[in-house]
Amino acid sequence: MSLVMIGLEIHAQITALKSKLFCSCRGNYRDLKPNTNICDTCCGLPGTLPIINRKAIEYSTMISIALGCKIPNKIMFYRKNYFYPDLPKNFQITQYNVYGFSSIGAEGIFELDDSKKIRITRIQLEEDPGRIAYLEGGMNVRNSVLIDYNRAGVALIEIVTEPDFTNPKEVRLFLNKLSLTLEHLGVCDTLLEGSVRCDVNVSIKGGNKVEIKNINSFKEVEKAINYEITRQNSMFNRNIKIDSETRHWDDRKKITFKARSKEEEHDYRYFPEPDIPVIILGDNFVSNLQDHMPELPNQRFDRFVSKYKLSEHTSNILINDKKLADFFESTLKVYFSPVEIANFLITDFKSLIQDDIDSSDYLRNLKVKPEHIAELVKMIEGNKISRITAKDILVNIFDSGKLPSEVANNTNAFKIADEKTLMDAVESVFNTEKSAVEDARTNHEAINFLLGKVMKFTNGRADPKIAMRLINNRLNKSNR
Amino acid sequence: MSNLYDLLGHEVVEGIKEGLFTAEEYVCSVIKRIEDVESKLNSFISLDSEGALSSAKLIDRKFKEKENIGLLGGVTVGIKDNISTKDIRTTCGSKLLEDYVPSYDGTVIRHLKENGAIILGKLNLDEFGMGSTTEYSRFMPTHNPWNLDYVPGGSSGGSGAAVAAGECTVSLGSDTGGSIRCPASFCSVVGLKPTYGKVSRYGLISYANSLEQIGPICRSVKDVVMIMNIISGKDMNDNTSMSSSPITINDKSNNLDIAIIKELIDGSDDAVTRTIYSTSEKFKEIGCECNEISVKNLNYALPSYYTLASAEASSNLARYDNLRYGFDLPIDDYKWDNYFTSVRKNFGEEVKRRILIGSYVLSSGYYSKYYLKARRLRSLLRLELLTLFKKYDLLIGPTMPILPFKFGEKIDDPIKMYLVDINTVIANLAGIPAISLPAGFSNGLPIGLQIMAAPFEEQKLIDASYALENTINIQRRPNLI
Repeated sequence: MSLVMIGLEIHAQITALKSKLFCSCRGNYRDLKPNTNICDTCCGLPGTLPIINRKAIEYSTMISIALGCKIPNKIMFYRKNYFYPDLPKNFQITQYNVYGFSSIGAEGIFELDDSKKIRITRIQLEEDPGRIAYLEGGMNVRNSVLIDYNRAGVALIEIVTEPDFTNPKEVRLFLNKLSLTLEHLGVCDTLLEGSVRCDVNVSIKGGNKVEIKNINSFKEVEKAINYEITRQNSMFNRNIKIDSETRHWDDRKKITFKARSKEEEHDYRYFPEPDIPVIILGDNFVSNLQDHMPELPNQRFDRFVSKYKLSEHTSNILINDKKLADFFESTLKVYFSPVEIANFLITDFKSLIQDDIDSSDYLRNLKVKPEHIAELVKMIEGNKISRITAKDILVNIFDSGKLPSEVANNTNAFKIADEKTLMDAVESVFNTEKSAVEDARTNHEAINFLLGKVMKFTNGRADPKIAMRLINNRLNKSNR
Repeated sequence: MSNLYDLLGHEVVEGIKEGLFTAEEYVCSVIKRIEDVESKLNSFISLDSEGALSSAKLIDRKFKEKENIGLLGGVTVGIKDNISTKDIRTTCGSKLLEDYVPSYDGTVIRHLKENGAIILGKLNLDEFGMGSTTEYSRFMPTHNPWNLDYVPGGSSGGSGAAVAAGECTVSLGSDTGGSIRCPASFCSVVGLKPTYGKVSRYGLISYANSLEQIGPICRSVKDVVMIMNIISGKDMNDNTSMSSSPITINDKSNNLDIAIIKELIDGSDDAVTRTIYSTSEKFKEIGCECNEISVKNLNYALPSYYTLASAEASSNLARYDNLRYGFDLPIDDYKWDNYFTSVRKNFGEEVKRRILIGSYVLSSGYYSKYYLKARRLRSLLRLELLTLFKKYDLLIGPTMPILPFKFGEKIDDPIKMYLVDINTVIANLAGIPAISLPAGFSNGLPIGLQIMAAPFEEQKLIDASYALENTINIQRRPNLI
């Protein structure tokens, strides 16, 4: 038995859906005034009935395929009964496998790397509850809370893993890869606020399982697990019994704390949802989807290496940032030079956008377009500008959105290949750096120093090959 | 000519179309009738006389301008108060919804309005449809128009009494375990529970989703057909609804193969049994085969029904927490659990009982012992009935095993009360159509015949019913004044 066992229960909204899971209200409830994205059905008004969103079944099936799950021929929905004010019907329509496999996926395998696989217990499709907004001072002070049902009924995927993780790092790897997969499928934007939530269960040394709820972003998961392992270890070392319990993660204090005991003792009284008849997916449903699935990260990696001849390192950097990889491929459509463009993107380009990388559509708002990068790389390869100036031009484009050639003209950035102009520069350096010139006659390093001076003299625009030839010529000439 | 309010649905539409009377005149006559008898009956929870009159005027204007007044033009419809009507309070006979005004029309209401029907008001029922007498209504019981000391049946007691007494042309009820057929039988009117899925449930406030259907209660078989053809059909808002072909009135219908269910006869009062046998003789007279058969899974129908219905009810009724709509409740404790408790105390006894039973049978550990077992029994019964329908066109028996009874007679003993549903729950469990037809009287109290058919074989039900209606002449109007 390994020292630490960790299992995950991940909730991810299917953010790509236009409407909610059971009604036609908008799937994207963000930035709307409270209780404006609601209807009779998602408010659970008496007499309303849920109408299943077919696209949600398609998307959740794609997720099941991507996570290597079995997909049943028939799927069913169940009611999970519990009272909570954010739940308009006081039951949640979800899926349940205890009385037979009928959720959208189960028994999957997800590869972390060549040596580690994580087993997926099940995947289920369900509705999100509304949200409770606590007023300043909390309930005790204000005697009231606000409920916003805009989110109620949004389609949610629950992914449950076996306790196969042995350390927080594996969890991080998994969540990164899962995010990337969801992003490649185009079904879930994990960077959107509140789009993913994670419950974690942790046990050490084969002891009791502690569940941590309320982790509201993938970034916090690793911290919560680290805290919990430390907490359990110190209890273990002091011979304090670790109870099987539910704890919450406080992302301000960065600690887990024990939930009220009542929250653990739920009997959800599951039973099949009578208003949604059994859905038969049909023989061709899964194979059709499989044929039309978007490319998954692993497949893309293989393609980048084989088709574009990129290094594994470069491919990984690109694919781990789907939007950058998309940007890369858009650039290739304008100018096909994969290696050069990839290198430019993962070095100069990426260093400039690093700050914004967490915003979900950071590339869409950029003034720099694939056309710009294509032209810029073309100019480097045509020896028209140096790499150093290329970066300066890029900085300029970030602000101005102008074409690289225009920027290069305006700033006199094109390389100086004209031998007469360069000879003047070399002469000038030879006049001011006399001792270096002396050294250079015997010491090769000193020649590079002179070249640097020439580059500096020309603000980096000198074509270094020509400049070097002219320096060597000039040295030989004065030898004579 | 008799009073206008006495007219049947198709007579109303024809009368208006032929210019014999205006819709306004007709509606006024109905409203006058309500004013005369409602204090005795208490059929209505909400009455919308003004709305009805303005709808009538609209129809008269359309008629004058030679526009189509609709297939139901001028027909007044009373709606059981568990069907959602936009802008008309919909209470379910419950304290918890006494102030609830829906923001939308149920699909059946939309269909009725589109075809010129006039929504007259909302009819009394046992709270959330749970009961067989209307004694469980929070708005006082409805009285049986044939004898005011007797219950009208339930849960659609208001729908049965109002139609029988001429307070509306036709009404809609809902039937989860007999709630249309029981009052139809006790009030001597025709009530149809359609095949599960034939009529959209969108807007019907759920008691037990997998069992219930909306259906018409009328004074004639012809009116039942007229209403059914308007309200049935596939609805985008109800996953369980299905399309089906329209029903017609055929003058000639005989040589149907009919089976009398022995167990239903054996368990009934003598007066009821005698009437059913004499009715079966009538069937023979018009050329039908009539044999007695046995249904062996019948014993389990009632426990299976109450297990499943209560399970679904316990979940369906969870939403009544008074947070988003409901009734005026002074708040003295803001803790969720305490608030829920103080809200949900306001359910009536019978509703509480079923919520408790339902929660119990769904609890972990009891699910397979009760709920699953009940589902299995349900499938067994359905299978047995479907097999019988391969041999017989129709199954018949008494709608109710007993005559209407007096107020208070059974209300103290829930088991006694549940037992009166024994004949009707079969159709709900099996999802098959069933109709209750007036078959006779005993001591001035009505007796109903129940006819059941295979799924979506409403046409056969109607053929037999129409033939029987023409053969036996049953007194139609209770003497109320």
